[in-house]
Amino acid sequence: MNALVPLVVLIPLIGAASALVLGRRPHAQRLVTIAALVLVLVIGAVMLYVVDTSGPLMMEVGGWAAPFGIVLIVDRLAALMVVVSALVLLAVLVFSVGQGLADGDQETPVSIYYPTYLILATGVFNAFIAGDLFNLYVGFEILLVASYVLITLGGTEARIRAGTTYIVVSLVSSMLFLASIAMIYGAVGTVNIAQISLRMAEIPIDVQIILHIMLLVAFGIKAAVFPLSFWLPDSYPTAPAPVTAVFAGLLTKVGVYAIIRTETIIFPGSELNPALLVLALLTMVVGVLGAVAQADIKRLLSFTLVSHIGYMILGVALGSVAGTAAATFYIVHHIVVQTTLFLGAGLIERIGGSTSITKLGGLLKASPLIALLFFIPALNLGGIPPFSGFIGKLALFQAAAEQGTWLAWALIGAGAVVSLLTLYALMRVWNMAFWRPEADVEGYESTLLDNVSEAPGGHTVTETRTVPKLMIGATAGMVVASVALTVFAGPLFGISTRAGENLEGPGQYVQIVFPEATGD
Amino acid sequence: MSVSLVLILVMVVLYACGIYLLLERSMTRVLLGFLLVGNATNLLIIVMAGKAGLAPIVGDGVEAEQMTDPLPEALILTAIVITFGVSAFLMALIYRSWRLAKQDSVQDDEADIALRGGVVAMEGEGSTVDRSDTEFGTRAEGAISTARDLEEDDEDAAAEAATSADDGGAKR
Repeated sequence: MNALVPLVVLIPLIGAASALVLGRRPHAQRLVTIAALVLVLVIGAVMLYVVDTSGPLMMEVGGWAAPFGIVLIVDRLAALMVVVSALVLLAVLVFSVGQGLADGDQETPVSIYYPTYLILATGVFNAFIAGDLFNLYVGFEILLVASYVLITLGGTEARIRAGTTYIVVSLVSSMLFLASIAMIYGAVGTVNIAQISLRMAEIPIDVQIILHIMLLVAFGIKAAVFPLSFWLPDSYPTAPAPVTAVFAGLLTKVGVYAIIRTETIIFPGSELNPALLVLALLTMVVGVLGAVAQADIKRLLSFTLVSHIGYMILGVALGSVAGTAAATFYIVHHIVVQTTLFLGAGLIERIGGSTSITKLGGLLKASPLIALLFFIPALNLGGIPPFSGFIGKLALFQAAAEQGTWLAWALIGAGAVVSLLTLYALMRVWNMAFWRPEADVEGYESTLLDNVSEAPGGHTVTETRTVPKLMIGATAGMVVASVALTVFAGPLFGISTRAGENLEGPGQYVQIVFPEATGD
Repeated sequence: MSVSLVLILVMVVLYACGIYLLLERSMTRVLLGFLLVGNATNLLIIVMAGKAGLAPIVGDGVEAEQMTDPLPEALILTAIVITFGVSAFLMALIYRSWRLAKQDSVQDDEADIALRGGVVAMEGEGSTVDRSDTEFGTRAEGAISTARDLEEDDEDAAAEAATSADDGGAKR
């Protein structure tokens, strides 16, 4: 079963290479890309089952023993992340296939889109299974470089401008990460995460804190934790809808995942936890206040994304099993729901011709199905019972209440207010874009009838701006998946809790790599 | 552990200059800053490897204690390759940005400007650039050579609309 581990990285990589070779045959290219992600999804599901029933998987690449070679580790957290990411990547891929087919691929150069998308998947999966800090860096670089290409896809002026901000910020965070790897190597003489964990305890506390802060800043930029979140709402909205959806769903979560690993394995029980709690609070509040002020749906969603990163940081910073378990559940929920909302925004853009809520109206009548597909994840993100957003927030609040400090209670209060404000922001979108009659919109231009064109036969045909079935299907699939998270919240929360228990102290993780080491 | 002071001093200078350049608004300077910071980080990894010694792995009766630590060198090689790839991408980005907007500097976000009430904070920096000596072409081409040119499309569409309106008028 250990042989399955590297396949998660190899399959998308080989898929990307074949897709690039097949650049002139779009049909074959699409098939290869979809097949690669389906395979990874299946392998991920098998791994999740195996890991959950019979313990973690570990692979020493090239047969080099643990501290010398690179190790790939799949524990419950990693397996869960791989499955959810593969699912989301697949759904967004189907969505973009639908969009590309309908647009005739004029706006996006299709021959590089699919290979780049698979490279992005490679980087994400590599980051999840890396058992080595430098391999984690390489995973980050793979996904970042792919994301540079995707965010500037087509090379229009707006995308180049937004991409520049994103790329420069990412470069700085990568350099910080590399510098902190160098310092950690200088301090403990290894880059293997398990061995770092064993040796870090012997390092003076002040050095530990410096290394810890450096890592947290590097990951905090990637995860968009306040005050390092400024770049996200600026750069995400201009990218094509499927690209924004997959970035919002996955890239920030890879940062959060790295923070979980840092907090639980490298620096367990850190003294920085109260500071992280404060940052979580600020991330939640500042993010949602930004969302309330926005009129553009994609920007608004980007701000709610920042805001909800705060919830995950809250769970991690509690430093307890319940906190980590709740954060894990919340990450899974948020990956699915946030991606669905961005796909929904893509559908709105398609039927309404705009993503600004001041220009939209009457969409409920135009497309009741899309209204429903946006409404369900909106309620879910706002945390309305019985959806998974409510369950995740409840678990986080319980974990915080368990700790019982005044800071924890303040976070519970802020979390409740923030979820109400999220609901307010999203319901404002729904009211303006869907519920409001067209007549109320100032200067309304019906985009449904703007395609009146002369047919070759000489008589006028009215074309309506129809939405391809694949796009609707992919979004509907994601909505079903988000509802399934609610229905199967019990088993999922069971896995999250066991994943959290695995991360109680670094001992269990260290034992995966060094079975003979006596962890604490 | 004793390391070369020269390496540390060079690293410090590279970091200082690199960070200064990274904070500039001009993309070319940001690229240069990124290259300096990248090399400074590579030096940092070398410094962290500890005292320099004899060539590792080859053997020839060299004691393990006398060898240089080989792992940081492997890390640096990887880092250099990544920096190289990203620099190439950045250059393409700068070139594209110049062809499209005749701008080398990072522009303010339109939505941010709208929130501020339409006031552009950085006045004139981009507009004072002398463009007469550029060797780049004057007009941006589409990213895909086979794709339709959107600007031309607009002009064509406008022209078509005008002619069809005339036709409609004539028929009536």
